[in-house]
Amino acid sequence: MSMNLKVALFGIAREIVGQPTLEMVAPEGQSAQGLLQDLHARYPALARLSSLAVAVNNEYAADDTPLREHDEIALIPPVSGG
Amino acid sequence: MLRLRSAGRSFLLTHLLSSLIHIDLTDQPIDVPTALRSVEADGAGAINTFIGTVRNQSTGRPVVRLEYEAYDSMALHQLRKVAEQAAERWPMLQKVTVVHRKGTLYIGDVAVVVAVSTPHRAESFAACQYIIDTLKQVVTIWKKEFYEDGDVWVAAHP
Repeated sequence: MSMNLKVALFGIAREIVGQPTLEMVAPEGQSAQGLLQDLHARYPALARLSSLAVAVNNEYAADDTPLREHDEIALIPPVSGG
Repeated sequence: MLRLRSAGRSFLLTHLLSSLIHIDLTDQPIDVPTALRSVEADGAGAINTFIGTVRNQSTGRPVVRLEYEAYDSMALHQLRKVAEQAAERWPMLQKVTVVHRKGTLYIGDVAVVVAVSTPHRAESFAACQYIIDTLKQVVTIWKKEFYEDGDVWVAAHP
């Protein structure tokens, strides 16, 4: 079984990927860490950032957080507000 | 009533927190006097404010302008959480306002205002510093610096 994920991109992650959202097919139960590994393989420049977090429904996700098809998922490169 | 916190968040507590916390993310110039007035409270003996402004250089390199990008829904949610954490840590907090700018800013423009009111001054300094420091660590806002000859996403690379 696989699921369709929509991943929102911001800042330098958006520039590296070249678009504001990514549609991805992932295995059922894919973890936040698994998603990051897939993305690092497709976009090696993402792996060179100081940090890259996954957010699920407006909260930072732990590595083992399982992703679900209708979650609001986003990639969070190093923040620099203030 | 704020002690209910430890037993889980009651409806009343949530209501209290939402009335004492004001959060905004705007693409318009921040009205600083309005932000300061928003934390006035009869129980306050101190109002403490942090105003973040755009500096003309970054590690010696002249800056022309900044662009702030936000993941709005998460930034607003995280900003509120930071303010709520401050209210839990300093239960005497009267009111908190945090306003962050997004879009294009030039030298001297106001990027962020944090204002808090407390009965006495020591807690007002501590709470204000906690909020701006934590904001910079967790809130989903990104700053790109533009120079005469290039641009950089701040903090993106080691």
